[in-house]
Amino acid sequence: MKTQRSVPLWRDVRFWWVVGQVLVVLLTAIAIAIFWSNLSRNLQQLGIQFGFGFLNSQAAFDIGETPISYRPSDNYARALQVGLANSLRVTVFGIVLATVVGVTAGIARLSDNWLVRQLALVYVETLRNTPLLLQLFFWYFAVFLGFPRLPAHIQLPGPIYLTQQTVALPWFHVTRDTDVWLLLLSANLLLVWAWHWWGSRAAAPTVPLLLKLLGTLAVTVAIALIIFETEILGWDAPRIVADSIEGGLQLSPEFAALLVGLSLYTATFIAEIVRGGVQSVSQGQWEAARALGLRPSYILRLVIFPQALRSIVPSLGNQYLNLAKNSSLAIAIGYSDLYAVASTTYNQTGRAVEVMVLISVTYLSISLVISGLINWYNRTVQLVER
Amino acid sequence: MRQWHSFIVTTVLMGLSLAGCSQQQRQSQLDTIISRGNVVCGVSGELPGFSFVGQDGKYSGLDVDVCRAIAAALFDNPEAVEFRNLNAKERFTAVQTGEVDVLSRNTTWTMSRDTSVGLEFAPTVFYDGQGVMVKQNGGIKSLTDLKGRSICTQTGTTNEQNLADEMRKRNINYTPVVFEDVNIVFATYQEGRCDAVTSDRSQLLSRRSALPKPEEHVILTDVVSKEPLAPAVAAGDAKWNDAVRWTIYTLINAEEMGINSKNVTQLASSSKDPGVRRFLGAEGNLGEGAGLPNDFTVRIIKHVGNYGEIYDRNLGPKTKLNLPRGQNQLWNQGGLLYAPPFR
Repeated sequence: MKTQRSVPLWRDVRFWWVVGQVLVVLLTAIAIAIFWSNLSRNLQQLGIQFGFGFLNSQAAFDIGETPISYRPSDNYARALQVGLANSLRVTVFGIVLATVVGVTAGIARLSDNWLVRQLALVYVETLRNTPLLLQLFFWYFAVFLGFPRLPAHIQLPGPIYLTQQTVALPWFHVTRDTDVWLLLLSANLLLVWAWHWWGSRAAAPTVPLLLKLLGTLAVTVAIALIIFETEILGWDAPRIVADSIEGGLQLSPEFAALLVGLSLYTATFIAEIVRGGVQSVSQGQWEAARALGLRPSYILRLVIFPQALRSIVPSLGNQYLNLAKNSSLAIAIGYSDLYAVASTTYNQTGRAVEVMVLISVTYLSISLVISGLINWYNRTVQLVER
Repeated sequence: MRQWHSFIVTTVLMGLSLAGCSQQQRQSQLDTIISRGNVVCGVSGELPGFSFVGQDGKYSGLDVDVCRAIAAALFDNPEAVEFRNLNAKERFTAVQTGEVDVLSRNTTWTMSRDTSVGLEFAPTVFYDGQGVMVKQNGGIKSLTDLKGRSICTQTGTTNEQNLADEMRKRNINYTPVVFEDVNIVFATYQEGRCDAVTSDRSQLLSRRSALPKPEEHVILTDVVSKEPLAPAVAAGDAKWNDAVRWTIYTLINAEEMGINSKNVTQLASSSKDPGVRRFLGAEGNLGEGAGLPNDFTVRIIKHVGNYGEIYDRNLGPKTKLNLPRGQNQLWNQGGLLYAPPFR
């Protein structure tokens, strides 16, 4: 029994909605098929077979910086892993450095001090409006290659040594017992977390989380140093020995130039985001906080920043993605990142398509991981509305 | 809906044109070049003596003259060439995809490039070897002194691999500093970041002549490898490969027969020597078999000269480079240049 005359199929919106989707899928499939058959026909004519078997053949080229072990007799897969490790190294350090510099510069842009404000303005506007590649060349050729050659060197307090071959900084060094102590520390942290979680459930007044964490750390270090007389982490300062520098963290000029260039460039965008975020918090919040008699630093930390984070975090994620992708400019200044190693690989094997697929997938994965982490963090700082 | 229609139409057209492209690939590149009216030639453009853009904007060098010879053979016009500057990394893809018809860019002929990169090599036009350049006062006298030092080189070259092989053989640890751009390789070496720079010896000589104080740099006597530099075309096109191959043989054979740009026209009409007459197309039809005009050899020699003339013009004693011919002499004068008979 019909209560309503059925709409003809060709006038049904839902029908066209489905047809549209199917059509898009179909056309995409056809386009991919055409590209694929074109590619395979061309490869066949050149006598090349598509496949990733080449990854197992010997690379036979050397890499300047190898955070994981590598020798020229290893295969291409290993060489690419070295490149990936190099890329991740510069990306992780770069994100940390860019965030610190960016947030500082962003807040400095809003400072009451005229000089600080103007300096921040000049820094942000100069670096934000010139190409990154140009800046990398500047850092590499004008700054890091401009340092004196060993045994001559520039010494900064720390001690930090600047030479043309290497930039040496004091750094931690791993001792024999580091693994054991890290394990113990993680166990302690787990206990603290459990304690805190239980405390919050009981709704009893508890010790602040930060204090608990610091307490645990102190206890662990105390046990390590006083009772067992071992070091958790050593402190390793570089020193000049004859004609070379030993110890500490030694950075190649290529890595240092890339790290500094990428971080300072990305930091300018982060500074603008932070400034925008802080300014987006309504003036009333400042006034209210001031009325409560809070000191300016407290106002920023306790009232303004938590609210600003809501608009800062999503844009911050984009800048981290940019930094990760821009790290591929490393090839211009001789740092062996993933893209540089992949270039050498496809050059020597002639496997342009396969290598391009590999690096696209890798950069895509890196980007997805970063944006996943940022999205997770973003959810924790967003206002929970009821 | 209108947008939908246009989208579908565009996609179909795109598909058709793609299909069209692949269909065209079946015929020889030689026919495409002839109907297009010029040869697209991939060169380095940054290496004086081999391929370099002068102040007048004109290309010159040995690699460039090989391209001019091909254009002369096909169109009787050595200027019918479009040059594309390619770096070491781009060059093979440019040939594979047909972006350039021929790669004439100090490229080492190796087995893997010939067999698995989709290239086909023409005869060697320059026999080279890899060398190492260091600063005179740097205290480096041989490869052994490079222990623990840093060495600059260009990515995607055989140099990069040969160096790794040689140092592995001698058990010497070193730090490679690898750049994509050859100008930056030498700029970095000049800045002092690297204790040495490695490349083909001819390239080192050519680059040294461009440094501010050439006399302060020495090229070590150690020769790391043999580097036969040869033009290359895409694999699977025998006809086009033959045209390039026999153009180069023409240059070598002309020198061997004593035919040069000055006497070629006269010899073509008046020579009694059947060998010369056959070579210059006055007798028989050797050119036609290769899909070339029958007088292609005359055209080449008339416009660009024989191998010796090309060498002297670009690398010989009257040039800044002043490279001794060494292995690049004719086979009957102690060198390696040898052309199969034209018959």
